[in-house]
Amino acid sequence: MKPEILEQLHQLIGKEHVQSSSASRLVYSYDATPGYQSMPDAIAVPGSTEEVAAIVRLCNENRIPIIPRGSGTNLCGGTCPTSGGLVLLFTRMKNILEIDEENLTATVQPGVITKTLIDAVEERGLFYPPDPSSMKISTIGGNINENSGGLRGLKYGVTKDYVLGLEVVLPNGSIIKTGGKLAKDVAGYDLTKLMVGSEGTLGIVTEATLKLIPIPVSKQTMLAVFDSMERAAEAVSSIIAHRMIPATLEFMDKPTIKAVEDFAKVGLPLNAEAVLLIEQDGEEAAVLKDMKKMQVICQERGAISVETAQTPQQAENLRTARRTALSALARLKPTTILEDATVPRSKVAEMVHAINETARRFNLTICTFGHAGDGNLHPTCLTDARDKEEMERVELAFEAIFEKAVSLGGTITGEHGVGEMKAPYLEWKVGPAGIEIMKAVKQTFDSNNIMNPNKIFGKDTRKRLVVES
Amino acid sequence: MTSTEEIRLAFVERVDENELMNCMRCGFCLPSCPTYIQSGEQEIHSPRGRIAMMKAVRDGMIEADEEVRNSLDVCLGCRACEPVCPAGVQYGHLLEESRAILQEHTSYSGPQKAVRRTVFHELFPKNKQMNRAVNLVGFYQRSGLQKGVRKVGFLKLFPKGMQEMEKVLPPVQKEKKRRYEQKVFDAIGEKTATVAFFAGCLMDTMFNETNRATIKLLQMAGCEVHIPDDQGCCGALHGHAGEKDQAIAMAKRNISAFESIQADYIVLNAGGCGAYLSGYDHLMNKGEGWKDRARYFSSRVRDFSTILMDMGLQEKVNMTCPSTVITYQDSCHLRNGMNVYREPRQLLKQVQGVEYREMPDASGCCGSAGIYTIVQPEMSLKILDDKMEKAKTTEPGVIVTANPGCLLQMKVGIERSGLAGKVEAVHLADFLLKAIP
Repeated sequence: MKPEILEQLHQLIGKEHVQSSSASRLVYSYDATPGYQSMPDAIAVPGSTEEVAAIVRLCNENRIPIIPRGSGTNLCGGTCPTSGGLVLLFTRMKNILEIDEENLTATVQPGVITKTLIDAVEERGLFYPPDPSSMKISTIGGNINENSGGLRGLKYGVTKDYVLGLEVVLPNGSIIKTGGKLAKDVAGYDLTKLMVGSEGTLGIVTEATLKLIPIPVSKQTMLAVFDSMERAAEAVSSIIAHRMIPATLEFMDKPTIKAVEDFAKVGLPLNAEAVLLIEQDGEEAAVLKDMKKMQVICQERGAISVETAQTPQQAENLRTARRTALSALARLKPTTILEDATVPRSKVAEMVHAINETARRFNLTICTFGHAGDGNLHPTCLTDARDKEEMERVELAFEAIFEKAVSLGGTITGEHGVGEMKAPYLEWKVGPAGIEIMKAVKQTFDSNNIMNPNKIFGKDTRKRLVVES
Repeated sequence: MTSTEEIRLAFVERVDENELMNCMRCGFCLPSCPTYIQSGEQEIHSPRGRIAMMKAVRDGMIEADEEVRNSLDVCLGCRACEPVCPAGVQYGHLLEESRAILQEHTSYSGPQKAVRRTVFHELFPKNKQMNRAVNLVGFYQRSGLQKGVRKVGFLKLFPKGMQEMEKVLPPVQKEKKRRYEQKVFDAIGEKTATVAFFAGCLMDTMFNETNRATIKLLQMAGCEVHIPDDQGCCGALHGHAGEKDQAIAMAKRNISAFESIQADYIVLNAGGCGAYLSGYDHLMNKGEGWKDRARYFSSRVRDFSTILMDMGLQEKVNMTCPSTVITYQDSCHLRNGMNVYREPRQLLKQVQGVEYREMPDASGCCGSAGIYTIVQPEMSLKILDDKMEKAKTTEPGVIVTANPGCLLQMKVGIERSGLAGKVEAVHLADFLLKAIP
């Protein structure tokens, strides 16, 4: 970065909040996405909305890319500074500004750790449901930009369902406020929803007002074990068809079960082909009734065993097991590539089948786990980035998986975001006209293309494969 | 060849690429890292950041400049990142090897050099020297010199960490009193195991009383306790600071010393040393024959609390104390390196009169970390002050620990947080023995 720009940054936010040494640039050159690394030119840590706005104006005048970054846990290359530029951190903007118990809202700065917020509101008997697997590390700002999901998505929705209002610094440096502590608000376009999931390409979220709900009083957890993936998927469909929405409805396939058990040692059965982690919450009587019904359904669908956690600790162990699935797989091979192809939930069994078939066809190890209840699957390829030939097959396999998901009425990404990793496939989902209108939105907000460039929109769209069947 | 290139090649040769690749950068380690938290969440002071830098140095992306070295120096080496790492990255080994390489390519200057020379080459490897130094501390305390020095303010010349430490050093026994009267201590009651006691360097001199308490407890639990001659410092301080050759020499000496006794277990009362002894096999290169000897040695290392639980001490003696609130501060390496954290708590809960209260984040490092207090006083005290705030919430009468460094640090913390006279810091062995009538 030019010395005069650095000098101006120093003046704007203080020298101690700007870094540009090679070591500090290196540690912000990656996120949790395999295969992406690129050094930024500098890092700035603003302390207020006004400081963010001043930095943005400076960058806009000088056409310097800005990459807003939470804790760098995303899986789509969303915060990798592939065009260099300035990484913005929010470690000085991490206060919970208000928990409003009358309006049931929390107002926070973007740097708040998700789990910190969840704990703070639960202390008051309130509930913020979005719980991405990285919630102990991820920030609310990051969650908003990626529209993060989580285990509770099926019943409670995802981040976008809990964002009521935002303060945003636009790429020209002006500050807007969208929405508010309002359940109803139809004044103009819904810019709040537009910002959520925009992956840092439209503006910088500097404050968020989030919706809270009363915390469910009771919760039960159970584990159903199946000797085939198809039977497990049938059980999922049957539960929903019986008019029940479980708080959690997660599955793991056999290789995932083994990896998780090796790591977390929570007593998962190693002979199973699939397990379902099912939870229900709410009023105690209703919860018990649902659990009973779901147990019967699982048994009817051929579960080998169905076990309800007897203690909160047991329940926590089972949840922990699922939560660590991705990372437990990571110990099997040096490189772990995790995708989140998503299909309507009635197509889960067919999709899992197709993933297994694809793995066989390309001779790869792909383990699948995910949110069976909402059709959000995580096919995870265990490989080695140093093996160029295998990496080519990995890419082809994922193309086939995306293609299949889209053809089943699904999407290329359910909750990780497009980032840079899936940009070449976006058109498969939204079509050329969809891309065109999205680009027009981007152009309107950010005519100089300084906000997280290269993300969402790829240079080229991959040719769609024809899947022979 | 330039030194940069030499360092890079050393990283290529010695820092395990698979282990570096195993880090998937998921960031699960971040909230567990005390230096990440205390530095205001700076990635450069996180395990993920440090591993990324090691890899970048190896790949030639960056140079191992001052900032990289500083980041590795600021690391406590507490290994709290290891149990939370889903990918099972052995961070401790990566850190040690990286530090060793950088150490070999460094010329220290000024006070750092003096401290390192005294600590690593004079004091800890040599029992005689350690004895002499500790004798000097004893003389200093008994002679009235301590009072005089404090009055004059001479200590202000030393780093803050050292000044604080001086106040809390335990009263040292005269050397004659420190020597063990016998080499074998018989089991009390029925003998259930033969154990060889690893006396340690600091434990055996400065904390000699604690060693005696530990031996007594082991006897009561039914152990015949042997104290092998020729044992010495475990080498952990050296290994953690990059003085690998010294560490290996000390490991070999201990392995030989303990081969002279057919013991079921090698037992000790310092978590920091215990974790290092448990990893001797990683230090040795393949093919020298030492690897297998080290593996056998390491496989038998146990913390005394594990032995006391396994041998059922609580069924053999009554433990009781005046009604007190107790909290327990984990030793990082005992917990993260040896996976021992249940046993000390279980033992404490067996003592009648103890009301055990767990402090928040008891597993988090206290900032002691070997010579960290001396070389990184600022970060060390920041972490300590945070720790004391958390300890205070339990309103303890006694803070129990199971490692000498943590014990001293807790004593410093008690002084700093204005709890002197109200709260004591005690080693688990001393606490338990006192509870047995």
